Amino acid sequence: MTDTASKPGQTEVWITGIGLATSLGEGLDANWAALQEKRINVDEKGFAPYVVHPLMPVTFDSQIPKKGDQRQMEAWQRIGTYAAGLALDSAGIKGNKDILSKIDMVVAAGGGERDLNVDTGVLTAEAKGANAPGFLNERLMSDLRPTLFLAQLSNLLAGNIAIVHGLGGTSRTFMGEEVAGADAARIALARIASGESDIALVGGSHNGERKDLLVLYEFGDFNLKDKFAPVWARTDHPGFALGSAGAFLVLESRAHAEARGAKPFAKLSSVVADLARRKQGGDMTATLEKLWAKLPKREGKGAIISGATGAEPATSEERSFLKSHADLPVRSTGTMFGHTMETQFPLGIALAALSISRGALFPPNDSTGTEIEMQGAPTQIVVVGAGHWRGEGMALVEAVG
Amino acid sequence: MTAPRDKLGRPVVVVTGMGIMTSLGAGKADNWAKLVAGESGIRTITRFPVDGLKTTMAGTVDFVSVDPFSSTGLSERMAELVTEEALAQAGIGAKADFPGPLFLAVAPVEVEWPQRRELGRAVGAPDFTYDDLLRISGGGKYSGYHHRFMFGSVAAHLAEIFGTKGSPISLSTACASGATSIQLGVEAIRRGETDAALCVATDGTVNPEALVRFSLLSALSTQNDPPQAASRPFSKNRDGFVMAEGAGALVLESYEAATARGAKILGVIAGCGELTDSFHRTRSSPDGKPIIGCMNKTLADAGMTPDQIDHINAHGTATPENDKMEFNTTSVVFGELAQKIPVTSNKSMVGHTISAAGAVEAIFSLLTLEHQRIPPTINYETPDPTILFNVVGNTARDARVTAVMSNSFGFGGQNASLILTREPA
Repeated sequence: MTDTASKPGQTEVWITGIGLATSLGEGLDANWAALQEKRINVDEKGFAPYVVHPLMPVTFDSQIPKKGDQRQMEAWQRIGTYAAGLALDSAGIKGNKDILSKIDMVVAAGGGERDLNVDTGVLTAEAKGANAPGFLNERLMSDLRPTLFLAQLSNLLAGNIAIVHGLGGTSRTFMGEEVAGADAARIALARIASGESDIALVGGSHNGERKDLLVLYEFGDFNLKDKFAPVWARTDHPGFALGSAGAFLVLESRAHAEARGAKPFAKLSSVVADLARRKQGGDMTATLEKLWAKLPKREGKGAIISGATGAEPATSEERSFLKSHADLPVRSTGTMFGHTMETQFPLGIALAALSISRGALFPPNDSTGTEIEMQGAPTQIVVVGAGHWRGEGMALVEAVG
Repeated sequence: MTAPRDKLGRPVVVVTGMGIMTSLGAGKADNWAKLVAGESGIRTITRFPVDGLKTTMAGTVDFVSVDPFSSTGLSERMAELVTEEALAQAGIGAKADFPGPLFLAVAPVEVEWPQRRELGRAVGAPDFTYDDLLRISGGGKYSGYHHRFMFGSVAAHLAEIFGTKGSPISLSTACASGATSIQLGVEAIRRGETDAALCVATDGTVNPEALVRFSLLSALSTQNDPPQAASRPFSKNRDGFVMAEGAGALVLESYEAATARGAKILGVIAGCGELTDSFHRTRSSPDGKPIIGCMNKTLADAGMTPDQIDHINAHGTATPENDKMEFNTTSVVFGELAQKIPVTSNKSMVGHTISAAGAVEAIFSLLTLEHQRIPPTINYETPDPTILFNVVGNTARDARVTAVMSNSFGFGGQNASLILTREPA
């Protein structure tokens, strides 16, 4: 099992910046207010029968001032570049050349946003009998926008963030759906805790309003259809509702933050991840228990923020795990934000840090009893991220002592 | 006996197993023999029709069969084969029980044209919309395609069959991905998280759309005839890179762990460095500062000075811009030595293996150290007069090589360098 935790003698790692652009809104206040009001932004019609959580519109110009830059990106990159800018603002380092020239970026990304007109055009022409050997080549050569490739490449989310916000440190892009978000946080934490790095920008972004993605997940019958229901109430009607969101965090060594007078939202104490074989029922539950046991000892006022997708059998496996920890209040980001894939784990960490810094967990939104009310301020929140198909991650976010 | 820790007090990271596959063939022995003989693996593409394409050649791996074929399936199969070779050489762990994590450099994954066309045919009507494709995608008929086209699918498969520990990381830093996978392994060992790491890089993406994408960015050579002469690093008449397939796997271990179990040490990863360029999506900053910084960081990480590097395994893509920029930046870092140190580009023979290149070229660098022989840069008939590298042109050269710098630069401002040595410093 791979894990990273602040060990004795290692540097404490603070979360000093959070950037959110989601289906609930832009920025911390808007997202927090929507969570308090249990307001969910869900679209059951635009992609019917599929349910999605669309991005609350933002003015991209405010974080991506050059139209030329915006044109070079597809939606998933614009959302991420925007949220990354918010995180840098939140940490107070936007435009700080000294810091941005050395910041280490670890981004969790998908990619491959397609031009549906080109795809459909080729396929319908073929259905009508176009079958010359070079037909596909010629159509792609003439119909694909040259810059579309750059809007599809996974590492070009990080590339665009670097260009737009002037980041000149290092840049690594992890792929692999949900757990890529956990691994990005895990590696960034390990590098800061061990002194390899002082400060890092970590996160991801996802455009859930994409029919090409719906096709991909429909292959496995993973999409939620017809009607929205909270994640825990989908047992008889399983599936995930794709969500659009960007979530970025600035992680920083305590010393680096203190030297520049930055205040923490919370500290990121540990991130662990594993790959359950998921061959038999119970495999994933057992892996989540193993990860739970690897987290540092917890004695404070705790809670769990889950990224459960609503797809089966993963959600039932996670529910079994949660049942063994039923004393802790649980919240589902999937219910409130939809399933944002690579972004779900950084989003969970962001909400954990926000809850700790605002002295309250956001309210439950669930009819099954899985989510219970919480009184008082949480000091330790465990973020759980189990992939709809593979990969399990867990993080411990704590109040700074 | 050498100290198990480097100058900075970190565990020394050594290589104890290597596996490789390129358009030249499978395995270290075959690849090395052909590489030093100056053979090219570039040929006219036969996998799919090339009508209407500006570039019709590539370094494809056609001797590995995958059924049903997909680029991701080929990437996975190649990764599996090179890992088997590396593990057999390292003799580490037990079958399906590798004692450390997996770091996999892999091309971004997406649904490919054969599968998309299958959907199109399944609609069964001459006119349809994307919604019609979506409507027929479910129901379990295509569930295998969900698994195949998950970004994490190749890593999950490798982790399962080789029993690597923990969450395998799939990564992309474009053309620097292979180097990044090694860097992640080195860092994990240096931090003391593990004694061993499996670093794999694979790319099997010579397909029509990938070729068209690079073509539309004017990145590819169009000197199709003869294909073997298309890739011309450092030549005046170079006109772009040649897409290629391949894979490389390295077993990394701490020096202490490797010697404790009596493993043969094949080389040392003495230094790693990376630096982002925020100038442009596909072009380097004109002042070359990020690449210069990357090389300097790598030297610092290895605790070495430029005069200790006696060979450079260049990124050397043969695009007009890359090769010039690589010489200019190397000159800033190495001064006059940039014109003396023997430099070669493996891409002249195997083409550009994109996501795999950093690992493939690290392995070739380690074989160079082992054999004390530098593979040539072929097609070096008309040197670019502005690139004053000491290019190992056309024929292999025997040389005393103790430390190699291997460079990788990619779209998205990705720069990564490695320094490989024979013995711990």
